[in-house]
Amino acid sequence: MSTATKKQKTQLNRRGFLRVSATAAGGLLVSLYLDRPTAAQEGAGNQRQQPPAKAYPPDAFVHIKPDGKIHITVNRLEFGQGVHTALPMILADEMDADWSQVVSELAPAADIYRDPVFGIQMVGGSGSIAHSYQQYRELGAKTRAMLVAAAAALLNVSADQCRTEASRVYGPAGKSATYAELAGAAALLPVPATVKLKNASEFRLVGKRIKRLDSRPKCDGSLKFGLDLQQPGMKVAVVAHPPVFAARVKDFDDKEASKLAGVRDVFEIPLAKGSGVAVVADKFWTAKQARDLLKINWDATGLDHADSSQLRENYKQLARTEGKVAKTVGDVKSIANTAAANLIVAEYEFPYLPHAPMEPLNTTIRFDGDSAEAWAGSQFQTFDQMAIAQVLGLKPEKVTFHTEMAGGGFGRRAVPDSHVQREAAVIAKRFRGTPVKLIWTREDDIRGGYYRPMHAHRVEVAIGADGFPSAWRHVIVGQSIMAGTPFAMMMKDGIDPTTVEGVADTNYNLPNLHVSVHNPTINVPVLWWRSVGNTHTAYVMETLIEELAARAKMDPIAYRRKLLKPDAKKLRAALDLMDTKSAVWRRRLPAGHAVGFALHEAFGTGVACAVDVSIKNDRPKIHRVTIALDCGVAVNPLTIESQFQAGVGFGLSQLMAKGEITLKEGRVEQRNFDGYVPPYIMDAPVTVDVHIVPSAEAPTGCGEPPVPVISPAVVNALTKLTGKAYRSLPLVDV
Amino acid sequence: MATYKLTVNGQPKEVAVDPSTPLLWVLREELDMTGTKYGCGVSACGACTVHVDGVATRSCMLPISLLGNRPVVTIEAMASDPIGRVVQDAWVEKDVVQCGYCQSGQIMSAVALLKATAKPTETNIEESMGGNICRCATYVRIREAIDLASQRLT
Repeated sequence: MSTATKKQKTQLNRRGFLRVSATAAGGLLVSLYLDRPTAAQEGAGNQRQQPPAKAYPPDAFVHIKPDGKIHITVNRLEFGQGVHTALPMILADEMDADWSQVVSELAPAADIYRDPVFGIQMVGGSGSIAHSYQQYRELGAKTRAMLVAAAAALLNVSADQCRTEASRVYGPAGKSATYAELAGAAALLPVPATVKLKNASEFRLVGKRIKRLDSRPKCDGSLKFGLDLQQPGMKVAVVAHPPVFAARVKDFDDKEASKLAGVRDVFEIPLAKGSGVAVVADKFWTAKQARDLLKINWDATGLDHADSSQLRENYKQLARTEGKVAKTVGDVKSIANTAAANLIVAEYEFPYLPHAPMEPLNTTIRFDGDSAEAWAGSQFQTFDQMAIAQVLGLKPEKVTFHTEMAGGGFGRRAVPDSHVQREAAVIAKRFRGTPVKLIWTREDDIRGGYYRPMHAHRVEVAIGADGFPSAWRHVIVGQSIMAGTPFAMMMKDGIDPTTVEGVADTNYNLPNLHVSVHNPTINVPVLWWRSVGNTHTAYVMETLIEELAARAKMDPIAYRRKLLKPDAKKLRAALDLMDTKSAVWRRRLPAGHAVGFALHEAFGTGVACAVDVSIKNDRPKIHRVTIALDCGVAVNPLTIESQFQAGVGFGLSQLMAKGEITLKEGRVEQRNFDGYVPPYIMDAPVTVDVHIVPSAEAPTGCGEPPVPVISPAVVNALTKLTGKAYRSLPLVDV
Repeated sequence: MATYKLTVNGQPKEVAVDPSTPLLWVLREELDMTGTKYGCGVSACGACTVHVDGVATRSCMLPISLLGNRPVVTIEAMASDPIGRVVQDAWVEKDVVQCGYCQSGQIMSAVALLKATAKPTETNIEESMGGNICRCATYVRIREAIDLASQRLT
């Protein structure tokens, strides 16, 4: 068991307590109360005190219904990553619930559903399984123990004479009772303080390839996403956002817009920065048409008008100077005296990237004066609920916040300033008693900011006589994502860890390493984009490592193996497995094909990747990808395989010719999927085979780790085909 | 405002909307059929794909005034369509979906493909599915599911 899991377990034992109750309609409700208001209070000396009981939803995690259905609540958003299936699997396994009777539900915003590690209710950092594995196991085991105790009393046997399987307790001599039959009696029993968890060999669900519970409704059109929500009397709102970030409305003319039948109101609203004009109508199409008819004069005086080509030049110059020091090992003075023949000086450029989840951003709110109800696909329920409450002048608990299924996110629904929810709340406040659905159109999304920041890297590597790096100086330039947000508390000495992750914590043995950072302030909102800093740092590291291996005339896999730190066990295991699994096809590459590699650890998971690439119509054609990974216990290998197969496709967004956001004089130049072009089916690999290193370690992330490896692996193959180095993204010219 | 008669999934419907209203928003907001998704509004992502007179069509840019009397078929009818059902089953069996938002459109494109070409080649698949974005990029499994459905249909 890892340290993190031990710590989580201690927290559960110390602070968690279960409460169960019978329901009026029959059945057993199980809540695990986890009173941890914020992570910051941990260690603040209040551990000895039992936290006060709060009014949580009674059926917080498990609800056994009289018909045998077992409803399991998922404490975070489902937006593709598969926790809507995996977390119930974990709980149902310990509980020995009949999987065919399990119903999965997304939790509303409530303290009890806070992430046990982050201390707020959220999805991020690939932490869903990593943080809630132990929590859901204990919930399942305690529920099972109570059902067994109830059965023992009913059957007049001792608990240790009982065994459980498929929602049934079996006693000796063929006696048995179902969970549904036992639920009422179990609800009256005390909650066990400690329970024994299963050994891995006893798992019936964990580790098995279990199909998703949400497949069918996502294939027949019946699943309702946030955007599909209908409420009686609901209105639809769109907002005209300023063309330059943070600009304000000087004045506007809505004569034509207001004439449209079905337009209910047109008014200026404050935005997270600047202001905009909201249009509220009966239907979306009316609202959008009306918005197109608005004549708005904007005031952007005094605002920074960001311009990508200027930024690129500025960043390049900045990268040639030392920034705030993020990491120093040994010293890199020797670089100054290194002969040019033994020196690599590499300058990289990365653009702004939009997340562009398929379901456009939206939030529905009904304000009832002394309370409110909200519906949103949110990665940050705690913050979004607070923001709505703040705008409406309510306490957060007066805002009932429903977590809606979301059509992707990739970080875009984890916004510290909750700007979409704030807009929706401002509008809803004016329409008391009427639900209003705010829709961000695709244009609003593409042009609306909150991008993966633009970056420049400059790396100088002195190469030793053995062909390995003897000194490595690395400068990174890019806006901080955390500065100015509640996450700034995670910054140490002014360093945003999300800017340097993947370099400062490299798993390669670089005896002399100097990493420094410039975090310029630019008038473009930025945000985490699936795998965050690793999107650019892995690209830089892995293209340079492959270049160094080529210079040393060493096999790139052997080179990496030799350069890895001794304690990089997961990466070593992943590298070895990838080597084995790709060996056959690598030996039989057709003419015109080349293989490229990448190796990177992110969110605790080690990933190795080999790709078979040729060039077709001046673009990379990816024939095959072999991935090996070590993520500790693989809770659902089918979902993990799927995450990696598709995650590499998502990662290829970085290499698309039109895969960037650019600004000219403060205005975003792209509008929709015609200007910003993500990968389509022909851009994605045809075959991705995924291999998981067997492990009994605590589970680590699988949502983000597929992304960092694919782009460097592909360009490493391209370099072999063309002899060119690819240091500027997007990949416009091959 | 004008009144339009249309046939959706074999059912006659009547709506009173502005003539410019795209079929997508007629389906979603007038007929409460939200299985057809809004993704871009400019025919660039395919999330809104329906069949108009049997042809895979982006409903987000088809004004209701130009629909005429052509029948419309949406994702909601696929479970009772012999090929649609096979495709949906293949999607479930291959565990294709992740966020799932684009999959109505993907399935509508795949059904149109398989109705025209029972044994599609890789090129046929890329041509027919090449206008449907899956931002999760579940493309590997989409190909597998189409292959599986094709095997079962031939």
